[in-house]
Amino acid sequence: MNIQAASQHTPQPTPNVGQPVSRNNHANHELSIRVRDLNLWYGETQALKSLNIDIFQRNITALIGPSGCGKSTFLRCLNRMNDLIPSVRIKGLVEMDGRDVNAAKMDEVALRRRVGMVFQKPNPFPKSIYDNVVYAPRMHDLVSRKPEQDELVEKALRDAGLWEEVKDKLDQPGTSLSGGQQQRLCIARAIAVQPDVILMDEPTSALDPISTATIEDLMDRLKEKFTIITVTHNMQQAARVADYTAFFHLGEIIEYNDTKTMFANPATKKAEDYITGRYG
Amino acid sequence: MRHSFDDISAQLHKRHRRSSRLKWISMGALGLAGLFLALFFADMLNRGLPAFQQAYVQVEIDYNEDARQMGRAALEPDIAPLVSRSFERLIPGMIRDNSDLLGTTETRWVLTNSEADQYLKGHRNSLSDDEQAAIDERVDNGQVALKFNTTFFTSGDSKMAERAGILSAAVGTVMTLLVTLAIAFPIGVMTAVYLEEFAPDNRLTQIIEININNLAAIPSILFGLLGLAIFINFFGVPRSSPLVGGMTLALMTLPVIIIATRTALRSVPDSIRHAAFGVGCSRWQVVRDHVLPLAMPGIMTGSIIGLAQAMGETAPLIIVGMVAFIPDAGGSFTEAATVLPAQIFTWAGEPEQAFVEKTAGGILVLLAILIFLNATAVVLRKKFERRW
Repeated sequence: MNIQAASQHTPQPTPNVGQPVSRNNHANHELSIRVRDLNLWYGETQALKSLNIDIFQRNITALIGPSGCGKSTFLRCLNRMNDLIPSVRIKGLVEMDGRDVNAAKMDEVALRRRVGMVFQKPNPFPKSIYDNVVYAPRMHDLVSRKPEQDELVEKALRDAGLWEEVKDKLDQPGTSLSGGQQQRLCIARAIAVQPDVILMDEPTSALDPISTATIEDLMDRLKEKFTIITVTHNMQQAARVADYTAFFHLGEIIEYNDTKTMFANPATKKAEDYITGRYG
Repeated sequence: MRHSFDDISAQLHKRHRRSSRLKWISMGALGLAGLFLALFFADMLNRGLPAFQQAYVQVEIDYNEDARQMGRAALEPDIAPLVSRSFERLIPGMIRDNSDLLGTTETRWVLTNSEADQYLKGHRNSLSDDEQAAIDERVDNGQVALKFNTTFFTSGDSKMAERAGILSAAVGTVMTLLVTLAIAFPIGVMTAVYLEEFAPDNRLTQIIEININNLAAIPSILFGLLGLAIFINFFGVPRSSPLVGGMTLALMTLPVIIIATRTALRSVPDSIRHAAFGVGCSRWQVVRDHVLPLAMPGIMTGSIIGLAQAMGETAPLIIVGMVAFIPDAGGSFTEAATVLPAQIFTWAGEPEQAFVEKTAGGILVLLAILIFLNATAVVLRKKFERRW
């Protein structure tokens, strides 16, 4: 499928012409985020060109493509992190729950509460492991009493697969953990506020292969509860974990399909060349 | 053509010689600077340390009828001219308060005047031969001694050098700096937070930034003129008071604190801000919960150094009248006061020889406090130093 196909406003848009080929039993075709004709400029340079894409709930969507193709920029559009860059100008629709994310009425704090983010380099707060997890829920008034907080911290850390490793040292600084553990702490921090969507910007690119595998397993479990959108440079990773894959090139989405079809039978020459390693 | 090691070494010889020459020149420069510093300290210690000792003499006090009117009559005539007048003046009052004293005698150690003190320390003095003989005799009897000068730390300024101390100036300095800190710290930190975390990067903020940097380089006496014109003449703040002095110094310290705070804020990596924004912090929460706590050691260090600078400042305070003669320490924030550097300035202008060592002693105290403050700043910075 290509951009034209995605722009058709079908009531229940599917990424493929036929039924999307599911790779697991949790297949879900409820719409999470709808993007239509999204354009973004850094000053005079256009970085995203008329993007159209439907992101489905409780699936992993991988964004792949060569460096500088706009996948991270697109990811940051989804929780308005681009607001922090003064020169950025955005035009187009990013819709979640029937609401335009970029609308003046949309509070970016409320948006980021529902769309969490995990960054390329693990960036735990320089606080204790406990405080890293509990900080955001406390700020959003999700928990107040100490027992509630303890329960929430344990649950988030269990969901992030970190509990067994850190349960005896919750008061130690988050920065004292290993890189892979720090990244899982960041995931725990993100899921502690119970978001709908988790954005991951190359979450494993700073990690060793074993930590990477742990995070990938974790992503596979998390998608039962959360919609995950991940940027990755690692084609095998996309093939392993993603249900859907979007191929970006020079600010455009060249191809978007379920991962199996994308890798087995890419519809465009560019995607095929990239996937087979001819460039990238 | 291939080069052997010897060929290459021959070429390198000249380069190595030049770098070693540069190394020696720079070491020489450092040595010279160190030498000046050492000379300065040695001279100050040499002149200033005697100020921490003061001559006392053991005298026989005869509480007689004449002493009711004139304290000097209670002292032995040969030593009376050498005892500090500050003590002589107390005698009539002591008799008035306690009439039982009349007709009794008492032996006690009392302050000598500054001339006798200078004579004992071997400095220039105006004692006559008879007076010198009177002292020499008592020195031999062990009735004259140099003791630790507690008066220097427990009393204010005095026209009698042997009574003059730094207490009122020290108290004035503390009060002035409290005012400075209370004004400059919150305004400076919040200004820096706004400029660094909230303000858009446009022409206006750039102009503000340039002007703040320029403010830091303005001669301090101009801040004094500003304080005189605005605070005293326009707003009617009492002159010579710690309030006006502190406000004037706050103007001077503001740019230092702003620049230090901005540097500290900038050194907090963006990844922390992104993490905080990512979990849904508002801009103010990002600053309050994450950026400011991490920048605080740097802010404290900069503020302490700014305060230390303000503490050594004299010119603007002279303009707003803080060179007053303050014998008693501890007035309110709106009463006349003086500060350490202004006290030193006052003493430096006194003609008496004894004030030379007071001046140097005052400088030593000021230096000790400044070194302590700067050391605190360094320790803070080292303790909270963080690598990302």
